[in-house]
Amino acid sequence: MAQKVSKTFDIAIIGAGITGACIAREAARTACNAVLLDKENDVACGASKANSGIIHAGYDPVPGTLMARLNVRGSEMYGELSKKLNFELKNTGSLVLAFDDGGVQKVHALLERGKANGVKDLRIVEGEELHKMEPSLGGNVRCALYAPTACVVNPYQATWAFAESAVINGVTFMRNTAVHGIERTNANESLFVLHTGKGDIRARYVINAAGCAAAQISKMAGCARHFDIKERRGEYCLLDKKCKVTANHVLFQTPTALGKGVLITRTADGNLLVGPSADDQEVAGDTSTHSASIEDVLKAASLTIADIPKGDVINTFAGIRALAAEESEDGKGGKIIDDFIIEEDSAVPHFINVAGICSPGLSSAPAIAEYVLELLGKAGLDTSARSGFIEERQGIKSFALADTAGKKALIKEDKRYGHIICRCEEVTEAEVVQAVHSPLGARDVDGVKRRTRAGMGRCQGGFCLPLVTAIIAREAGIPFENVTKKGGSSFILEGRSR
Amino acid sequence: MTNNADMYDVAVVGGGPAGLAAAVSAHDAGAKRVVVLERDVRAGGILLQCIHNGFGLHHFGEELTGPEYALRFVKQAEERGIEVKTSTMVVSMDEGGKGGKDGGHIITAMSASEGLIEIAARAVVFSTGCRERTRGALMIAGTRPAGVLTAGAAQHFVNIDGYLPGRKIVILGSGDIGLIMARRLTLEGCEVKLVCEVMPRAAGLARNMTQCLENFNIPLLLSTTVIKIHGDSRVTGVTIAKVDEKLRPIAGTEEYIECDTLLLSVGLIPENEVCAASGVALDARTKGPLVNQCMETVVKGVFACGNAVHVHDLVDFVTEESLLAGKCAAEYALSLSASKGAANEKNKTVSVHVEAGEGVNAIVPQRLDIAAGGNIPQGEGKARIMFRALDIFRNVTIKASFGGAVIAQRRAAVVRPGEMQTLEVPLEALSKGMAGESSADGGGAANGGVQTGVTISIETRGDK
Repeated sequence: MAQKVSKTFDIAIIGAGITGACIAREAARTACNAVLLDKENDVACGASKANSGIIHAGYDPVPGTLMARLNVRGSEMYGELSKKLNFELKNTGSLVLAFDDGGVQKVHALLERGKANGVKDLRIVEGEELHKMEPSLGGNVRCALYAPTACVVNPYQATWAFAESAVINGVTFMRNTAVHGIERTNANESLFVLHTGKGDIRARYVINAAGCAAAQISKMAGCARHFDIKERRGEYCLLDKKCKVTANHVLFQTPTALGKGVLITRTADGNLLVGPSADDQEVAGDTSTHSASIEDVLKAASLTIADIPKGDVINTFAGIRALAAEESEDGKGGKIIDDFIIEEDSAVPHFINVAGICSPGLSSAPAIAEYVLELLGKAGLDTSARSGFIEERQGIKSFALADTAGKKALIKEDKRYGHIICRCEEVTEAEVVQAVHSPLGARDVDGVKRRTRAGMGRCQGGFCLPLVTAIIAREAGIPFENVTKKGGSSFILEGRSR
Repeated sequence: MTNNADMYDVAVVGGGPAGLAAAVSAHDAGAKRVVVLERDVRAGGILLQCIHNGFGLHHFGEELTGPEYALRFVKQAEERGIEVKTSTMVVSMDEGGKGGKDGGHIITAMSASEGLIEIAARAVVFSTGCRERTRGALMIAGTRPAGVLTAGAAQHFVNIDGYLPGRKIVILGSGDIGLIMARRLTLEGCEVKLVCEVMPRAAGLARNMTQCLENFNIPLLLSTTVIKIHGDSRVTGVTIAKVDEKLRPIAGTEEYIECDTLLLSVGLIPENEVCAASGVALDARTKGPLVNQCMETVVKGVFACGNAVHVHDLVDFVTEESLLAGKCAAEYALSLSASKGAANEKNKTVSVHVEAGEGVNAIVPQRLDIAAGGNIPQGEGKARIMFRALDIFRNVTIKASFGGAVIAQRRAAVVRPGEMQTLEVPLEALSKGMAGESSADGGGAANGGVQTGVTISIETRGDK
């Protein structure tokens, strides 16, 4: 039975991706009470779990746009946040590689753009220096734009970390709570009523951070700003951590005859990531992979590193970029608006659209959150900081990342750290249990996977799936056959055997 | 590293049928302190979930279920007082350069009860089995819903946990595990709609084809693969298509099959992360360690056996191979403790490569170590070469050639890729050919000189 919610919140944030999560944490600094909603069974279920994980330096967005300003500001904030909130971040730096004259021109243009955006330490590298930085590059690379400040993060762990910090600081998180209608109460025009499957939620201010659904939500609220979300699908190949490819930096490509270019990078966790494609969506919400796209991705990547070992691919996946676009008749979006839409709507006071958060969305998210709080303040909300905000968030202490002394200490602390569940990623029972019970815990197999990495290794859960399923059933107190992969009807199993 | 009383003679990593057999024969060969390290709650390995029978026809002359076969060896180990540590995961060997010298090896393992522990052993046997090839590795296009499982994971759910993975099943891959699961799920009341196999011939044992598919009227579609998975939360169907001789999908042959479960039985990959990380070289073809006729890897005192070396069809062969490995490991351990850990100067050997000739796929062992001067250091006077045929061949002669001469051969009516073949090669035929050779270096290295080697080939006899 859906539980009816009767509480009224100061702020309701629709969408628990990286954007909504960062906003929720900033909101928690104030004396306001806030609720963070998501239609899925967890945070980070949209683009936030299926992207390149890059904190861009900020040379790519057009100067003067919100994207440019918030990208640079956000990227400055990530280092400290990763330490406070305990998510993986590696300052790898990035290289934009030029293969032809057009590429060389582009690289120089990006350098100028980066300077205009205030990005530090950008420079062109080539020849001997470039080869030393990246020994696997071929002779076809003419030069590269080097951005030392670029980083890679684990984007779904970062999302979870921000959201969990918000919950620790009093924000209510509601999962499986899709908004299907928005009204204002007649009694008090400034109170929104969000109609959801879990009942009505009343809020004084509403933040629309709903990703691919942002245009729908905006229309539900009757906003004056008309826009659509144009979906562009990005498909990736993920390779074994053990694959023998050296990629010391994030390696971007300038556009060539082959297309826009794909990147190659070691992820924050050590896998090799190749992609993404940039495919127009035929069907809204399509996160399926397509053989042709994956083939194109690998082919394009071979321009950067010639012999990517296909035999080391352990998974392919796709995510959807939500691009802000002019309204179109079919709702799929017309001309691309090359910027974020972050504003209080002119026709709907106290309703703030945070839409079209495509790249550099991840990089900008903490700065987007700061900006949204400013907008809330301008709209009349008291956003002054309260005392008692807890900056840090522990997360789960990883057994795999500990040294020998650390491992012994963890086992002493909790015997279940001595019981390996996922052999490929060295994840222990203690961590799986913590994933379920943490302040913003997992309720399904994928949620455990994203929090602990169990099932992300080369055997892709072949060994650990039955074990993780059993632990979720036990710890969440649900029958074994009711455990799902990702909420809803995604049951792992059908029922008992005879 | 000193040779001391706390050291085990032989440590066995993995307590499935391979590891248990190795431990038993190590004990019987005189190793007094043997320990088996097993990550599951009980020993028995993958056999514990193989509840069908057909195990032990060769070794015991009986038809046992998987758990029954495993239990025989668990009992044998118990009777000999062999220590078996369960719920214990081995994480590394000779980490940071500790151990790995001639004095033995140090294994790091962990368990909830003992925490992180170090086990010193003169000889180590890796019997770590294999894992299944995944959807991700195959890059099958489509969505990523619940209901896509490897056949072995499904087998665990059904036979160990007592749950069904779904109701309407499509199986990709005609490997034995897929065939067995086709039957098991049918018996459990599911509808197994079809099995598709990308190759033009079935992969599994002939008897499984009959007993699991034909007897249950489950269609087998050859030269067919799954090209797309559908469904958001759970699988709703798959698109299959025929493939050409290069195994590429043929446009226009696509067919949608409604189902709620896709099982994958598309290959087993030996698991050798731990030993490879400690310096054991692997064969790129088998994905298992390079071994000699005693199942010794390139690292002295480190042996391997079972599916970790190469994927077997019959556990009976696993047992034979593992009994040999355990015996050789014990002999090594005892010689080490007799010589008080000093490098054994007598063990200079010459390695003869074993190569795959015409018609032959991956070979084990990949080298034969012959003592310089013609004495054979360990094992029997014969080496058992195991390999697979590249295709189905009828009326063949299987030959081993060395230096232009045929040193062993046998005839076969038919050989299939799905059925491992063996050929016994007399080692003295090699030592004779090398009289007068001596190894180039000291230090006890096994490969003082590598001869171009023994070639195994399959030749069609024609109309005889």
